Amino acid sequence: MFVSLTIVSVAITLLIALALAKPTGNYLANVFDYESRRGGARFFAPIEKLLLGIGGVEARDQSWKQYAKALVLANTLMILLVYLVFRFQGALPLNPNHIESMEPTLAFNTAISFMTNTNLQHYSGESGLSILSQSIGIVFMMFVAPASAFVAAIAFMRGLAGKSLGNYFVDLVRSIVRVLLPISLVCAFFFIAQGVPQTMDATHTVTTLEGAQQSIAVGPVGSFLSIKELGNNGGGFFGVNSAHPFENPTALSNALQMILMLLLPISLPFTYGRIVGNAKQGRVLFVAMAMLFLVGLGITWGMENAGNPVINAMGVQHDAGSMEGKDVRFGTALSAFYATVTTASETGAVNTMHDSLTPLGGLMALSNMLLNTVFGGVGAGILNVLLYAMVAVFLSGLMVGRTPEFLGKKLEPREMKLIAATLLIHPFLILGATAIAFATHYGFDAISNPGFHGITQALYEYTSSAANNGSGFEGLGDNTPFWNLSTGIVMYLGRYLSIILLLAVAGSLASKRHVPETVGTFRTDNALFAGVWVGTVLIVGALTFFPALVLGPIAEFLTLG
Amino acid sequence: MSRNQRKSLSGELVRSAIQHSFIKLNPRVMFRNPIMFVVEVGMIITFLLCIWPNAFGGESSRAFNIVTTIILFLTVLFANFAEALAEGRGKAQADSLKQTKKDVAARKLQSDGTVKNVPATDLRKGDIVIVDAGEMIPGDGEVISGLASVDESAITGESAPVIKEAGGDFSSVTGGTRVVSDSIKIRITTDPGESFLDRMISLVEGAKRQKTPNEIALNTVLISLTLIFLLVVVTLPVLSKYVHVSLEVPILIALLVCLIPTTIGGLLSAIGIAGMDRVTQFNVLAMSGKAVEAAGDINTIILDKTGTITFGNRMASDFVPVNGVSIADLAGWAALSSMADETPEGRSVLEYMKKQNLVYNAELAQGSQFIEFKAETRMSGTDLRDGRQVRKGAVDSVKKWVLANGGNVPSDLGSKSDEIARVGGTPLAVAVDNQIYGLIYLKDTVKPGMRERFEQLRAMGIKTIMCTGDNPLTAATIAKEAGVDDFIAESKPEDKIAVIRREQAEGKLVAMTGDGTNDAPALAQADVGLAMNTGTIAAKEAANMVDLDSNPTKIIEVVSIGKQLLMTRGALTTFSIANDIAKYFAIIPAMFMVAIPQMEALNIMRLGSPTSAILSALVFNAIIIPLLIPLAMKGVAYKPMSSSALLRRNLFVYGLGGVIVPFIGIKLIDLIVNLWV
Repeated sequence: MFVSLTIVSVAITLLIALALAKPTGNYLANVFDYESRRGGARFFAPIEKLLLGIGGVEARDQSWKQYAKALVLANTLMILLVYLVFRFQGALPLNPNHIESMEPTLAFNTAISFMTNTNLQHYSGESGLSILSQSIGIVFMMFVAPASAFVAAIAFMRGLAGKSLGNYFVDLVRSIVRVLLPISLVCAFFFIAQGVPQTMDATHTVTTLEGAQQSIAVGPVGSFLSIKELGNNGGGFFGVNSAHPFENPTALSNALQMILMLLLPISLPFTYGRIVGNAKQGRVLFVAMAMLFLVGLGITWGMENAGNPVINAMGVQHDAGSMEGKDVRFGTALSAFYATVTTASETGAVNTMHDSLTPLGGLMALSNMLLNTVFGGVGAGILNVLLYAMVAVFLSGLMVGRTPEFLGKKLEPREMKLIAATLLIHPFLILGATAIAFATHYGFDAISNPGFHGITQALYEYTSSAANNGSGFEGLGDNTPFWNLSTGIVMYLGRYLSIILLLAVAGSLASKRHVPETVGTFRTDNALFAGVWVGTVLIVGALTFFPALVLGPIAEFLTLG
Repeated sequence: MSRNQRKSLSGELVRSAIQHSFIKLNPRVMFRNPIMFVVEVGMIITFLLCIWPNAFGGESSRAFNIVTTIILFLTVLFANFAEALAEGRGKAQADSLKQTKKDVAARKLQSDGTVKNVPATDLRKGDIVIVDAGEMIPGDGEVISGLASVDESAITGESAPVIKEAGGDFSSVTGGTRVVSDSIKIRITTDPGESFLDRMISLVEGAKRQKTPNEIALNTVLISLTLIFLLVVVTLPVLSKYVHVSLEVPILIALLVCLIPTTIGGLLSAIGIAGMDRVTQFNVLAMSGKAVEAAGDINTIILDKTGTITFGNRMASDFVPVNGVSIADLAGWAALSSMADETPEGRSVLEYMKKQNLVYNAELAQGSQFIEFKAETRMSGTDLRDGRQVRKGAVDSVKKWVLANGGNVPSDLGSKSDEIARVGGTPLAVAVDNQIYGLIYLKDTVKPGMRERFEQLRAMGIKTIMCTGDNPLTAATIAKEAGVDDFIAESKPEDKIAVIRREQAEGKLVAMTGDGTNDAPALAQADVGLAMNTGTIAAKEAANMVDLDSNPTKIIEVVSIGKQLLMTRGALTTFSIANDIAKYFAIIPAMFMVAIPQMEALNIMRLGSPTSAILSALVFNAIIIPLLIPLAMKGVAYKPMSSSALLRRNLFVYGLGGVIVPFIGIKLIDLIVNLWV
């Protein structure tokens, strides 16, 4: 009975998300269509004009170089600003709890972490940040960070469609004013209604029934929570993230969080279809990703539900599955579901301890991030998906006897050099950094588990950083200069290198002549291509990490019991 | 270059290829192929480990290192062999061409009018030479006076001599060909080293072979994959050390070599060279590999009507009687008028009768006298023994002749002949003495099989445009009959360029054939221009391919070869990358099994032992290269079909095959290896 009800609730959550995907995708396409009068233009345009006017921005189309430069410089500047806020929060106002200033490497890590949409937290929210830091530093970045990748993806799609890439600042303002803010606002009220606190008060100190003193941390959680999920940020207001009753009070808040995490990533394929003028192009990718998602969800759930074989063998009552590190409110099913959604969408919010997932359950969470193509984070995900689409077109497109074309644009040496370089980033950051951590005692010392699980811990940390996910496997003593600096660098490079390279690809493709489609053209809008894409993602993307995964979660699984 | 000179995989070729595969081991040469270079470096390391097995503190046995070194050595050698073999075929052709070029003497006409013997290599542009029957033409040039038949078999392989004469489209001659009869005066048009023959030699030799854009793009991706796998292998021992599993260097090298795309890396240049070679074997000379690849991308082909789509000769295709005469009567007289007529029109009348099962009275023809066609009369025919005169010819002339004989002109003759002319045919009137029997409908005939060819092209997504000087009605008739997609009637040379530009502006790639000087600008404008060898020098220079057989329909085959080249590259890339799955499942469990016995669960092929598993994967990786050489040389099977059908088929064969074949292959090799290990 319990299981079947859970299945229904998971199914309903997914169906609601599915129903929202296409209309949202179309809305997004309208929002970023400079010519369109739809997409809320009448209401929002004056606000945007005002904001752009204050910033002194000329709404001129930018070349890919200008677009990339604006994006990277603006982001880096904001990192610097927020770094300073963290460093001096002790002396700055809005600090009712008298929290001290942050240590430099932690501030470096945290500033980058939030600007890159990663939200890896080497600090604990309620005790590490003042309200000023939470609001200016964290919440501000939680809007700008997803918006930056979001608009980079839109610019990329415009390039594929052969249009000009647009203007970064105009796009940035639009994405916040017309998408992130309104949705966050509505959802914040919903969360508050569900019991999430929204206050500027300091921590409450109460006397419990036993007469002990207990500190109950509160704060502007409601406004924080909606953008945390919608923007695929994932950083918790509280250290334990969405496992905290104030950050996830009810079943409804839990469901809405998952819908919000999925909303933009699953809508963007449809936006893509609209922008390139062929809805099927987007639908095919959506379906391919949805398959990968469902397979991952099924395995994770199955593994968590089956429980730990060692405990089973001991004859311990274990019907609820592997409950270590899980909230009894959610059980294995909703924990597995949340873990899948948060890693697939690169959000990083958690309602369960990922370190305690069963080996293969953890493997699936890790794989979602390693692939970074099962929807992925807002903007960054679809960019990666399209990267693999181009690799798939290039590798198998030759088999129809033509120079590979993607959406009528020939993939020639210039593009392939950029794409080949982009392919290198993810494995180099993850495997390179993990190897450095194991080769030096700095990294070594932080790992709390000997054996295979230790490998998974470090691998997970860097994968989460490179993929800008931000969930921690935890169990890793990661607030040390080594981990702060190394993950900071990995997050920064993982974010901006691929955005720059892919914008270059878009710039190059945009200027190309469109090759008309004939029956001889390699089609990218049918089921066959969905298969080719999945094959490419699995063989080119996943096989790279197979040896490391064998030494981590797979070895742990095989040696269990 | 003639077809009979062509060597298949003869012993000499193989011997030379083996020799070159050793020469290519030179690291400076190997470096041009980064993937195989990585294998070579791996081989050097394992070789050093054979001498000092403990150089890296490992415990791998010397025997294992020796075997690994040998397999890696063979892997590199096989890849070199593939390339050398492909190059060798071109070299063999070049050698026979060089024979042709040797020691030709020329008789140069001095400015004072005397003739001086000089070596051909001393001739410069603008020199004038005299060539008599039996002599070799010393250089490329143009006939400025005289007429001669020339044997061009050294270049084209076609043994029948061709007529060359001053002026017009048959004035160009090629150095290295031989004058068979008569004498001609030639103005030399190229300096030494730049002649057609020179270019041809350097092309087939592949001496100046440049990587095509597509090859560069693919190479970039393959190098990127190689770097990723290099990283995987370098970081692996660091991770494994944490769980107290030490990995031996030769085993890591084995893993690396198996994972990097050596199959496609080893065959890539062979595929390119062999693709060019297939074009050459087809007697088409491509000026660059880029042109061959561009042929695969063609969206539109522009074809001349006459000589390409149609025979260009007018052939009898119907009998139209007048004044109530029966078809049998008309046919009978038409046949008698053509009994001894050797013109194509005349012969076509008899052929048409045979086809239609019409008969004529052959007895009447006995002892008759044939009257040849003359420009003045514009008629030909037969004077029968009984005195009757049978004539066929232009309608006006026959009319005049009949009236002169005292006959009259049937009232429906005018309308019927006009009708034939209107749809693009040529009417020939048939008359006996003073009576006109009717008309022979002569029509330009579409070559057999053209319709099917165009249908195939359509299936490949290629549009065909026919160019003709005919009026729009005639053009439409032929276009419909041939099944081309579009036509341009009353076209002038400028029209072709305009069409090419229009298509290119839409992003399409255009191919065309041509031979005349006025085709040259269009040939240069087209993405693939195929000039006929019989054509003018200007046309040949403007084009990026020359057809030595001068068969304009070959452009269609060239497109197929271009597609096949790209497909072969794609198929082997897919195959090579798909192979990695099985190799992982062979090597990864083997690497860890000793330290972590539970890894046996990943040994899904149930390979005998860790050592045999690693060796089997390596051996498979090595021998798949020579096994695929024939495919790389021949190209994957290609039939024109839609891209979706092609992709489904190739994905099934090379994608799915690439996943499954190595599982079977490695298992089989393991069974054999286990007999010793």
